[in-house]
Amino acid sequence: MDTPLSHIRNFSIVAHIDHGKSTLADRLIQMTGSLEERDMKDQILDAMDIERERGITIKANTVRLEYDASDGEHYVLNLIDTPGHVDFSYEVARSLSACEGSLLVVDASQGVEAQTLANLYAALDADHEIVPVLNKVDLPAAEPERIKEQIEEVIGLDASDALEISAKTGVGVPAVLEAIVKRLPPPAGGSREEPLKALLVDSWYDTYLGVVVLVRVIDGTLKKGQTIRMMGTEATYRVDKVGVITPRMVEVENLQPGEIGFLMAAIKEVADTRVGDTITDDKRPTATMLPGFKPAQPVVFCGLFPVDAGDFEALRDAVGRLRLNDASFSYETESSAALGFGFRCGFLGLLHLEIVQERLSREFDLDLIATAPSVVYGMTMRDGSEIELHNPADMPEVMKIEEIREPWIRATILTPDEHLGPILKLCQDRRGVQADMSYVGNRAMLVYDLPLNEVVFDFYDRLKSISRGYASFDYQITEYRASDLVKMSILVNGEPVDALSMLVHRAAAEKRGRDMCERLKDLIPKHMFKIPIQAAIGGTVIARETISALRKDVTSKCYGGDATRKRKLLEKQKAGKKRMRQFGKVDIPQEAFIAALKMGDE
Amino acid sequence: MTIHSQPDNALAFPDFGDPGFGVYVHWPFCAAKCPYCDFNSHVRLKGIDEERFVAGFAREIACMRELSGPREVTSIFLGGGTPSLMKPQTVEAVLSAIAGAWHVPDGIEVTLEANPSSVEAERFQGYRSAGVNRVSLGVQALNDKDLRFLGRLHDVAGAMKAIDLARETFPRMSFDLIYARPDQTVDAWTAELEEAIGYAADHLSLYQLTIEEGTPFYGLHKAGKLKVPDNDQAALLYEATQETTAARGLPAYEVSNHARPGAESRHNLTYWRYGDYAGIGPGAHGRLTRAGHKFATVTETHPETWLERVEARGDGITESVELDTEEQADELLLMGLRLREGLDVRRWQSVAGRTLDPAREDFLLRQGFIERLGNDRLRCTSSGMIVLDAVVADLAL
Ligand SMILES: Nc1nc2c(ncn2[C@@H]2O[C@H](COP(=O)(O)OP(=O)(O)OP(=O)(O)O)[C@@H](O)[C@H]2O)c(=O)[nH]1
Ligand SMILES: C[S@@+](CC[C@H](N)C(=O)[O-])C[C@H]1O[C@@H](n2cnc3c(N)ncnc32)[C@H](O)[C@@H]1O
Ligand code: SF4
Ligand SMILES: [Mg+2]
Repeated sequence: MDTPLSHIRNFSIVAHIDHGKSTLADRLIQMTGSLEERDMKDQILDAMDIERERGITIKANTVRLEYDASDGEHYVLNLIDTPGHVDFSYEVARSLSACEGSLLVVDASQGVEAQTLANLYAALDADHEIVPVLNKVDLPAAEPERIKEQIEEVIGLDASDALEISAKTGVGVPAVLEAIVKRLPPPAGGSREEPLKALLVDSWYDTYLGVVVLVRVIDGTLKKGQTIRMMGTEATYRVDKVGVITPRMVEVENLQPGEIGFLMAAIKEVADTRVGDTITDDKRPTATMLPGFKPAQPVVFCGLFPVDAGDFEALRDAVGRLRLNDASFSYETESSAALGFGFRCGFLGLLHLEIVQERLSREFDLDLIATAPSVVYGMTMRDGSEIELHNPADMPEVMKIEEIREPWIRATILTPDEHLGPILKLCQDRRGVQADMSYVGNRAMLVYDLPLNEVVFDFYDRLKSISRGYASFDYQITEYRASDLVKMSILVNGEPVDALSMLVHRAAAEKRGRDMCERLKDLIPKHMFKIPIQAAIGGTVIARETISALRKDVTSKCYGGDATRKRKLLEKQKAGKKRMRQFGKVDIPQEAFIAALKMGDE
Repeated sequence: MTIHSQPDNALAFPDFGDPGFGVYVHWPFCAAKCPYCDFNSHVRLKGIDEERFVAGFAREIACMRELSGPREVTSIFLGGGTPSLMKPQTVEAVLSAIAGAWHVPDGIEVTLEANPSSVEAERFQGYRSAGVNRVSLGVQALNDKDLRFLGRLHDVAGAMKAIDLARETFPRMSFDLIYARPDQTVDAWTAELEEAIGYAADHLSLYQLTIEEGTPFYGLHKAGKLKVPDNDQAALLYEATQETTAARGLPAYEVSNHARPGAESRHNLTYWRYGDYAGIGPGAHGRLTRAGHKFATVTETHPETWLERVEARGDGITESVELDTEEQADELLLMGLRLREGLDVRRWQSVAGRTLDPAREDFLLRQGFIERLGNDRLRCTSSGMIVLDAVVADLAL
């Protein structure tokens, strides 16, 4: 295509969760006439069912917009809408590297939040030009002036020319389009004559189209018929199609430097497309590879097993395809005495874990059991060797361990003043150590060092609930520290359930054990016999609950007309049982495995 | 837990392998709708064109005869709704339509459901002459407060009158009670039950109040305005019921049905033994076997729509599906285990094409929920019966 570099703008929309990125993307798509009115819907780029149900963006999405600016010139804008939740920050990082500028959206009623900061720093790291955009000015609670001050004070960004908009009503959005053209830079350098060099930004599997690859062209031209090489994986393919997403997939002749678009090439090996890889011409390769992306560092691990052992191959296929679409998720095969073959998977957080699990069961129609999430522990053994423990079930004998270390994080929490008390208590209860506390207006900014294993399960949920949604949270792994950790096992009806075992701090073990037993008591349905549930360290039981036996479970009235109704109920029960695993004659519903770990109010 | 061990029933209709062929006719109208009831029953203030319904029943009977092929009828049941609102001529016409379609031997059980509020001597006499030889009365409770709570149109005095009249008019009679009412104590219920047994002939149906979706009670229950006994209390009430009835010679032959040995309801045994039955009238269900294939039929539930459908095409059937072996095996199991006589295991195996899971059976045996009677029969013990649905779910897999 023949848009000069000077008339291309590539930009990401970044913000804290729910500040209105996807809604702003809607307005930009609409105002540039990229979609017919009748095809529009709210947060149109959030195409996945889970995204729509939860009202959050999980995947970054790219759209190419055509814009006639007030200077009379025609521009091509490539927009990337990114997710705001901390668990999906890898998506943001990837997106940023395909662009030269960012719109930093800040909710004008809520102000700067933890992810506003984290994403801004990431954008600055990527050498982006930044346009601050104050959104939701239509809300009565919006205070654009105060928020501008806050932006300058907290993040040191000049906010005098921040745009004030409502992505919902469209007010101020035309100025955003103008600012994109005037204030964000065009792609730098790039020559059509050079050998092809393109960044593999993203890839996904489409049931009809097969593997689709999203690229950003740096040098050269990408066109149909060309044989390309993925420099990292050394795979070569002949390009079948190139095109752009508008958000429809539209085929084009070629893609030129500065442009973002897709290619398809009958790619069979899902593993051949690695995000961050450099794509070049097989016959005339570029000399240097792009730096690529830092691999995502999974912080939470859990085992995923098919409920039906016969589904293992289907699960292998599914995790492969999902991984194609989500580079921040990692997996390796694992086997467990009770659960058979499955995968040990790594995630960026608990929401990420939940989403992956849900996508696997929905998009691939698989019933899964997820074992207790765990962080990675470091161990020095008495014989001097070092071990990384991803799975509490693999914990070596205590006698052989010299030292156990666990990962710590540095957490930044922003909260309105009035919720400070309970939040301090929450951090304290989770073995947190305060590193800093300061004020930004009436908002407190807390910096805490916390053991990651106290955070992965439900810290975020708890924080949200005690602050009625107002506190925000971001974290980074800092270091490993030695700690007095013990392995706690859970026994159901006398049988240890290794999917529920975990490492806990000795001082917290008893409380944790009691919590788990109480939760399981509610999560496991009554059976015909009573079921003891125990938490134990080594051979010592530290907590115990009993699920009483079913007292009565019989339909009083059942005549000819009820046979069908009762049979259908029975069929449902049978299907339900297939979704459970038996441990010591006890059917444990799969939801119980994760739900058991979410601690209640404390 | 003290539950009387019951002697093995000497049934009047021992299960010799042929579960019989019953004909069920549904009369879908009531004088008022009871707040707990989710039966297909409707109130028609403007009156009902009974002749038109009779013609409809006759046409559907002919059609069911086509589906079933020639059969010998072992029982007839006129249920509802409130069949005792039918004119005796209507009952007579329906019974003769049945006799015209299938072979109806003399003396087979012919039951009619009656509400105490719609009982008149003349009418009862009319039903008797038409061929009805057994009535089942919806007494429901023996104190006026609870009858009002249940929204019934009769009081205890009315119920007593109806019971007396039924006993005078028909060779056999049974009545229904609903227990496990809000705040009902074991003592109060046992006393009421003892009294009821005093009035009973040789059969009683004793149902625990069930909160059915879509009824007024369901809404009240959900809103917390109606509290039924919890599971523990319901279990105690159930156990007291078993004990009391057994001691008075009316042991349970099914979860909720009690009879003097020999006085069991032939018709309902056909359901639980998973025999064939033709379901006639609005919302009736049927099971019909032809050439080794078992079909489940359902008719249109809305009375007038059913009528129009029958008039237009000869039957009101909205669904007629063949049951596969797994479905038949499930139904046989869940119906059969309701009976004191238990399940004919050999029959189950031949329907299912497999044996019961030995590990599960063994587990349930060891836990004392089921027992084997010889090689071919498996039944629930008294502690198994009270958790029957769980036992069935365990065995069905
Ligand atoms: N009143 C008002 N509401 C808005 C505005 N912009 C967005 N919203 C609402 O804010 C909520 C979040 O909007 P999204 O566009 O999904 O936010 P997001 O930043 O994409 O969220 P994530 O992708 O999950 O991080 C939705 O309910 C929107 O309708 C606005 O200008 N005014
Ligand atoms: C088909 S019904 C109706 C018979 C008749 N119309 C009457 O009500 O007298 C048969 C019996 O089912 C019982 N029954 C109906 N609904 C019930 C419920 N929700 N819970 C328990 N028993 C119920 C009543 O004892 C009723 O007599
Ligand atoms: S009279 Fe019987 S069928 Fe009619 S509404 Fe009451 S319980 Fe139901
Ligand atoms: Mg979004």
